[in-house]
Amino acid sequence: MSDLRTHAAEIAEQFSDHLDVEEDEVEERLHNLVEEYRVPIEEARRSVINSYLEEAGLERDEIGRGGNDEVHLADIDQDEQWIDVTAKVVELWEPRSDSIAQVGLLGDESGRTKFVAFETSDLPKLEEGAVYRLGNVVTDEYQGNFSVKLNKTTSIEELDEDIEVGDDAITVEGALVDIQSGSGLIKRCPEEGCTRVLQNGRCSEHGDVEGEFDLRIKGVLDDGEEVYEVIFGRDVTEDLTGVTLEEAQQMAMDALDTTVVVDEMREDLLGTYYRVSGPELGRYVLADDIERLTEPADPEAVLIKARSI
Amino acid sequence: MSANEIPSREVARRVFADEFNDAAFTFKESDDDRAPVYLLLPTGAKANRVFFVGTLTEKDDVGEDNEYWRGRIVDPTGTFFVYAGQYQPEAASTLRDLEPPAYVAVVGKPRTYETDDGNVNVSVRPESIQVVDAATRDRWVVETAERTLDRIDAFDDEGNEYARMAREEYDLPIDRYTESAISALESLEEGDGDELGLDGGQAVAPEGSAEDADLQPEP
Repeated sequence: MSDLRTHAAEIAEQFSDHLDVEEDEVEERLHNLVEEYRVPIEEARRSVINSYLEEAGLERDEIGRGGNDEVHLADIDQDEQWIDVTAKVVELWEPRSDSIAQVGLLGDESGRTKFVAFETSDLPKLEEGAVYRLGNVVTDEYQGNFSVKLNKTTSIEELDEDIEVGDDAITVEGALVDIQSGSGLIKRCPEEGCTRVLQNGRCSEHGDVEGEFDLRIKGVLDDGEEVYEVIFGRDVTEDLTGVTLEEAQQMAMDALDTTVVVDEMREDLLGTYYRVSGPELGRYVLADDIERLTEPADPEAVLIKARSI
Repeated sequence: MSANEIPSREVARRVFADEFNDAAFTFKESDDDRAPVYLLLPTGAKANRVFFVGTLTEKDDVGEDNEYWRGRIVDPTGTFFVYAGQYQPEAASTLRDLEPPAYVAVVGKPRTYETDDGNVNVSVRPESIQVVDAATRDRWVVETAERTLDRIDAFDDEGNEYARMAREEYDLPIDRYTESAISALESLEEGDGDELGLDGGQAVAPEGSAEDADLQPEP
């Protein structure tokens, strides 16, 4: 089905209780706007919906209710879908643009998804930690990551309940084949909210600063088919190496060199198998949990497969 | 590739020594000078990097003016040769310090070398060499058998371009790799995982592994 057809079907469905709207007719009107007049599809949709609203004598928020699917956040896999979600506001972030009223993270049992509300939509503010039923939000996609946009037609209903927010952690297994630069004993920028890792004592944002010591590992797990870049924060690194931040600083002071720490980590950790789980952030897996795979390997299952070839 | 694009890291293939040493054909997939060079594995896969675990049975400094370390690393099917010199300082110093026999895990790049008589020898230029335990070595054998069998399974799949390439370049019967995977797995069962009788990274060379000195490729 073409994109226009999908939109047409949705619009026809939205009005099915109020008007006798044919999909073909909707598609033609969309087609006219998009192909002839070069109107972006979202705008075309809006315009077509508005004209039907007028025809039916309806207000915008009288349609769309019930017409949408209630979707779990982790199941969002398409751009520009009108959906309803019930979710908790996990985090609110600082908007980077004046046009954005609120931006943050929604969570439900299935996972987490970014949301954006625009100033122009003039919606009531969402509160961190509260659970809402959000009717008529639109999905958006950027580089394979999905988010939802609130809009003028979005209905917001605060619910008196809590949601156990699932994490969309992934679990990966493989041999640790590399520990990348920027691992071991590092210094971070002490400026409020910065925490950038210093390069030769310099922060790329704040220049020369007195850095604060931290421990981390940027490692590469490889299972022979896929490569996973994994970040171990201080706690996981301390657990894994048995070396605390204080001990690492002592080692570096004794050697007059911070790289002794990462050298020792390489020796301890490289070439061994691990199972790591944690959320994905861009190209990295942030390790919440790591386990060294030491149980004896079981050749039996593979042998059965081999003999069947 | 645009300048801003971060090239993705090459995966480290799992391959037993017998199959690795049968490979000889290398190729690039773009004209860029810095494009990765791939070794074509006979079971139909490209390898720009490998990861293997085996027993270091011998090491020698074969360099003339500078240190140049050669290590023989044995798996259940054959011997990997690794060469590390001044441009692989960490791996070279590991080889210098290690006392064979020891279980080691190696990450490295395949290198091919054509001998005077026209044979192609394959060796590994290590990125890292680390001492590991027997459990890690056994896990690698099982994993490598599985990956090898996966490749063999997919060998006749339509659209498997590296299998097609392997057929053209090698014309080797791939059954042999099924058999060596099976015997590698069986070697674990017989020995109950510690057939070398030692732990903590120390091991005794399997029989027959140190005798085929004439197979050593030159750098």
